[in-house]
Amino acid sequence: MPLLEIDNLKTYFHTRNGVVKAVDDISFTVEKGEILGIVGESGSGKSVTVHTLMGLVPQPPGRIEGGTASFDQSDLLNASTEAQRALRGKRIAMIFQDPMTSLNPYLRISEQLIEPLLIHGMAEREEALKKAIAMLEKVGIRDAAERVHSYPHEFSGGMRQRVMIAMALITDPEVLIADEPTTALDVTVQAQILRLLKELQADLGVAVIFITHDLGVIAELADRVVVMYRGHIVEQGDVLSIFDQPQHPYTKGLLACRPRLESTFKVLPTVSDYLEETEEGGEIQLSEKPDAAAHIEALQQIEEPTVDENDLLLEVADLKVHFPERAGFFSGPTGVVKAVDGISFTVPRGSTLGLVGESGCGKTTTGRAILNLVAPTSGSVKFAGMEIAGFGAAAMLPLRKRMQIVFQDPYSSLNPRLTIEQALTEPMAVHNIGSPGDRRDRAVALLEEVGLEARFLRRYPHEFSGGQRQRICVARALSLEPEFIVCDEAVSAMDVSVQAQVLNLLKELQSRRNLTYIFISHDLSVVKFMADTMAVMEHGKIVEQGSAEAIYANPAEEYTQRLIDAIPRDSVDFIRERVG
Amino acid sequence: MSTAETNLQNEEGASLWTDAWRRLAQNRMAVVATVIFGLIILLCLIGPLLFGQHSGETNNLENAFQKPSGSHWFGTDDLGRDVFVRTLEGGRISLAVGFLATAVSLVIGVVYGSFAGYVGGRTDAFLMRIVDILYSLPFTIFVILLMVMFGRNFILLFVAIGFVEWLTMARIVRAQIMALKDTEFVEAARALGYGNLRIIFGHLLPNILGPVIIYASLTVPAVMLLEAVLSFLGLGVQPPMSSWGLLIKDGAEKIDVYPWLLIFPALFFSATLFSLNFIGDGLRDALDPKSSKD
Repeated sequence: MPLLEIDNLKTYFHTRNGVVKAVDDISFTVEKGEILGIVGESGSGKSVTVHTLMGLVPQPPGRIEGGTASFDQSDLLNASTEAQRALRGKRIAMIFQDPMTSLNPYLRISEQLIEPLLIHGMAEREEALKKAIAMLEKVGIRDAAERVHSYPHEFSGGMRQRVMIAMALITDPEVLIADEPTTALDVTVQAQILRLLKELQADLGVAVIFITHDLGVIAELADRVVVMYRGHIVEQGDVLSIFDQPQHPYTKGLLACRPRLESTFKVLPTVSDYLEETEEGGEIQLSEKPDAAAHIEALQQIEEPTVDENDLLLEVADLKVHFPERAGFFSGPTGVVKAVDGISFTVPRGSTLGLVGESGCGKTTTGRAILNLVAPTSGSVKFAGMEIAGFGAAAMLPLRKRMQIVFQDPYSSLNPRLTIEQALTEPMAVHNIGSPGDRRDRAVALLEEVGLEARFLRRYPHEFSGGQRQRICVARALSLEPEFIVCDEAVSAMDVSVQAQVLNLLKELQSRRNLTYIFISHDLSVVKFMADTMAVMEHGKIVEQGSAEAIYANPAEEYTQRLIDAIPRDSVDFIRERVG
Repeated sequence: MSTAETNLQNEEGASLWTDAWRRLAQNRMAVVATVIFGLIILLCLIGPLLFGQHSGETNNLENAFQKPSGSHWFGTDDLGRDVFVRTLEGGRISLAVGFLATAVSLVIGVVYGSFAGYVGGRTDAFLMRIVDILYSLPFTIFVILLMVMFGRNFILLFVAIGFVEWLTMARIVRAQIMALKDTEFVEAARALGYGNLRIIFGHLLPNILGPVIIYASLTVPAVMLLEAVLSFLGLGVQPPMSSWGLLIKDGAEKIDVYPWLLIFPALFFSATLFSLNFIGDGLRDALDPKSSKD
């Protein structure tokens, strides 16, 4: 008898624009003590599914249109509020994506940890606290007895996610729902959290529903997999057969689009290489493109532009960025944060330098210091032979046309009050390029170049998806026809399927326009796909640099090895061994 | 059909403001409020001219305390003046004070607050301490001081009230700017070589219009009330000039016997406050592209 049984579940949202069938007739089960992975891209309905089970779907606009869900043979969907509440947080627990906002910043960890025990009447205060400390130790937080009294801001993101896990598991639930719990984390932290979840699961025998957009994570963790697309389950089965013999074209595309360390793709396959979507009578039909493999093979036959190693566009020597720490208005500096501490590298014209490292290693500050968005403390930055370190706004103005940046978060990097046309034409207006008519024409051309349609010009950013927004950001950066672009974690916030498209776009633009990139990321597999040379950063210093291939094949530093190990392994052999 | 596509058909001119205007026109409450408010303004402007024969300044003791009737719609007051005309005349003063003082506070507050918030650091700390000090001055003493220094003057009323009201506006604007200035679109703007003024006025301020408009629409009635307080203390409007605040105050004293003295000015005053609130709400929604309903 399965622990959790979902049958023909339908959750629709009734909006002004009509009915959105977020979850449309899905059925699956969860057995005691197994790990079920639900994989799909944003908008596939995977989160709505578990939110429905947890009673977290706002009604209205949401409505459960049909189907049943039973937990331990009792009805979940039609249970009374009290009965639901007795289950929630006690027998079914949940952890969320963003550990930075999922904990209440004003309450001590101890209060938040014991709360579920007190609410469900499972322990008295003192006993609960003891349990909380034991749980914290279990999730790998050292000095738990002391740290339990800290506030959330005293923990890093990864540590907070551990606290969240401890909080979810403290009531000894039978099902743990993890909704993208590692998406907001660095790969190295993600690897730790995945390992922890696996250990805890084996230890406590709790069933886990793990939701993610990344099949790689599934490969590391899950026993069985449910693949969702557009509100439907397109495929489900045990993890080995999904990876070994995927049946549905969407699954195939999802498997192929992830950049792999060992692969040598010049162009990443995308879901649309496999999946054909046709509309018939208002219903979307999914079918497989017949010659996907040959098509992808053909894509690889591009000529990559040759790079002249001696034509250096950017030379950085002994660059330092130190931030003073200040305690108050009248006090002087009390210390120094060495964000970037003496790094040197060169980037030949038309090539890509990958800057890789964990959060806080100084890679983002490096990118900004090169563009003089933060003032370098000392050192030299030469752009096209010109020393530009420490240039002020006026001196940088002509250079802004030549050096641009694309940021991580496509949601906050577009001004929500400007239409796409305004966002794309304003840079040209600032730099007095062309007449208003010319700028408009250029904006249309830019949109088409990044794969969007001209009719989008009048829209506002909120009408676009994350991937489309990032394309717009790229178009905006291109509006001044730069030679050099810093891509600061430009794909880190994206689903793997969208990530592949944006990476391909960046590469295509590079060869078409002979662009030079600095590509910053915490994910070595992405950097390896993009970069010709690579620099690994730790604590503000470059610990290793060289060709991307060579570093991957022969990492000299233990830190680099750790970054490589952190990338989820998703080869069939690995899964066979793991499940085996 | 989506907004964007319909917009594409009317080519140029689809800006934040035209979009906002279209959205405002779809908000029924805001439209009704605008119409009511427009009527009130119109009445106050031309009413006293049309009903000149009942001029509010003409005393006629024989007519004192008449109930509302065909010849005096709102009745008459203790000096036999027509309450309808008095209300409209008072409205001129109240609306003028309300809007001018709000405009003063809006301009000073927005400029000061956005500058402090955008520059940050010690400049910000210094500027905001000045605000704190001004806050701590007792308002009435401040106004009395002004009156003593410059003599009693109608214009001074706007200045004095505006000068006090901008403090809160500056704080609101500063806090909003602080929260926004580190977002990536601002950084992108800097990377594209935009000047500071363009970033503040073109990128930051449009994004904080919501709270600014809401606060401004709350400031107008607050200012009208302040004016009433000042007038009561003999520091503001003096008879025979009048304002809603003064009329309400006078009327409140005689509410048991002559309720019309209170009811009519109060009706006008509340109608104005109500419509301002709905207009403020409507404007906030209309100026936010995300609130688009289609």
